[in-house]
Amino acid sequence: MELYIFDGSLEGLLTAVFECYQRKSQVVKLVSEAHYVPDVFDAGHRVVSDFEKGKRVWKGLCHKLDKEWQLRFYKSFLSEQPEIFQHLLQFARYIIDQPAGASENFAHPDVLAISQMAQKVHREKHRMEAFVRFQKTADGIYYAHIEPDFDVLPLLPEHFQNRYADQRWIIYDLKRSYGLYYDLDKTEEIDLDTAPQMSIVNALPADLLDSKEELYSLLWQDYFKTTNIPARKNMRLHVRHVPRRYWKYLSEKQG
Amino acid sequence: MYERIREKLGILADAAKYDVSCSSSGSNRKNENKGIGDAEGTGICHTYTEDGRCVSLLKILLTNHCIFDCAFCVSRRSNDIKRAAFTVEEVVELTMNFYRRNYIEGLFLSSGIFKNADYTMERLVRIVKKLREEERFNGYIHLKTIPGASEELLHEAGLYADRMSINLEMPTERGLKLLAPEKSHAEVEKPLDYIQNSITKFESEKALIKSVPKFVPAGQSTQIVVGATPESDKEILYTANTFYQNFSLKRVYYSGYIPISYDARLPIIGSQPPLIRENRLYQADWLMRFYGFKVQEILNDLHPNLDADVDPKLSWALRNLDQFPVDINTGDYHMILRVPGIGVASALKIVQARKFGRLYENHLRKLGIAFRRARHFIRYADSPMQLKDYEAGHIKGVILAESKSKYQANPHNQLSLF
Ligand code: SF4
Repeated sequence: MELYIFDGSLEGLLTAVFECYQRKSQVVKLVSEAHYVPDVFDAGHRVVSDFEKGKRVWKGLCHKLDKEWQLRFYKSFLSEQPEIFQHLLQFARYIIDQPAGASENFAHPDVLAISQMAQKVHREKHRMEAFVRFQKTADGIYYAHIEPDFDVLPLLPEHFQNRYADQRWIIYDLKRSYGLYYDLDKTEEIDLDTAPQMSIVNALPADLLDSKEELYSLLWQDYFKTTNIPARKNMRLHVRHVPRRYWKYLSEKQG
Repeated sequence: MYERIREKLGILADAAKYDVSCSSSGSNRKNENKGIGDAEGTGICHTYTEDGRCVSLLKILLTNHCIFDCAFCVSRRSNDIKRAAFTVEEVVELTMNFYRRNYIEGLFLSSGIFKNADYTMERLVRIVKKLREEERFNGYIHLKTIPGASEELLHEAGLYADRMSINLEMPTERGLKLLAPEKSHAEVEKPLDYIQNSITKFESEKALIKSVPKFVPAGQSTQIVVGATPESDKEILYTANTFYQNFSLKRVYYSGYIPISYDARLPIIGSQPPLIRENRLYQADWLMRFYGFKVQEILNDLHPNLDADVDPKLSWALRNLDQFPVDINTGDYHMILRVPGIGVASALKIVQARKFGRLYENHLRKLGIAFRRARHFIRYADSPMQLKDYEAGHIKGVILAESKSKYQANPHNQLSLF
């Protein structure tokens, strides 16, 4: 078995796949820099991210994977889970070695692991689309921040851009310290120097907010309470739909 | 100054909540005018009530004043409650401001009937028109059809709404007459029919001319109240089936009656809403729509009511053991779909995966089927030898014993689908 260490980027992972073939490696264990514990006896092979190598591998994969599977590959990569890097490497090699169509083999452990992880990431993307709560600021920007388990921000622009084409908005990932800003024309990545804390949920300081913001968040809280039917209360079902770790996003769950 | 609008919202959201439809999917309205909103694709639940229902639309009445006196309805004329009415502008502003904050997918607008049907419908149309034309709102709009409204107004409404609905309320004409003598199923069928014909007409024109405007792109739905009148599940589901067929409905909603009145014709206040029954009806409805079951297979004269203790899919399997076991590695997709514990997604994965080799127990477990339930009905590469055929009562006993905690912990509450 050979140990490969890469920088944690998608390009790096694809480069690692390339080098498996270049170096004629058999069994490879892939770890990211962040999870690598140096070992005096096993120095391992350092993968240097290489755009050209990465591109060739991706092209090869696209040849054999439909759009859905290409997206699955990317989504499971965004999970940032150490074990998924290993699955992705093995999956890529399996797909390259087999005739097209091998991705339908759900009984294969890597195929299954990636389709399941992609599903999880997809679910979280969908939850963010649902649970983001914008607050309108005094200068007319709609602001929301999130702390997703997975790095789903890159998956969000299309949805929010289509929906909120005529308003400027920011969605900021507090955990990873970067965000998206849509300026009525395009969406860009941004950094904020002073992002507020998640603990003061969805609450930008009042002096930054539009004068009607309080009214509408109040009306929304009222609405949420009214629409409940006490005779049907079922907290177990409720928590299954809205796991507690997401409650912090929801203004209607505050107060 | 916030108090007036808060009070109105309180009254008019409260009166609207008994309409259980929350779907915001099935439309194809894209944001093409760089306006706001997008109702393409599947809907989003932005939050869930504490009873586990999806909240995706701002569901309100324009007013709860009503000239009718339907016994099952909180807004009925004879009920002594606070009344309120929104202005057109108030509804538009609430919708826009909720939508811009990503609270909702759109608006579900209904109303009590004040003055007369056309007067009410005209107001509703004015709201949706303003949203679409002035605010350039492309979010989802579900509009209630007011029974008795003119065809001109229905037509205009259809140009702006994504979905329209009109409720059957009681499963049979007999039940409806008992509680709302002024109403009839015929006056529900008339607008359903008119709108369905218009949808078909617009669609066929669209095939020829591209610029034909949208007309109720997410189709129509209706709601049936369960447990207010004594109909059997068979009567309910057969009515639903007929309406699915005759009017190409997108959905039939079943709403367990929540007692809100001391009327002697109705269950008394404080009695439990029939939530398990409601859930079983939804499950049966799914079997008809997604699993290829005919309504006669699920309910018939020998079996006029759904079981409370097992879901309708399991119930059908137990009554038809001669059709099992199904061999996972060779069986027909449609039969695999009928196995209790296997859903549409896992059935598809099974038929894909088996092309690569025979499937064993460990594959099936990983593919996400409810193996403990399914194993009684299937054969797979390493299934154990079975010496004798088990009978239905035995299998049911085993399954119930294994899932006991799930069913007993909270017997009056809503269960999930399968
Ligand atoms: S007409 Fe509608 S709002 Fe009026 S009492 Fe009957 S069900 Fe209620």
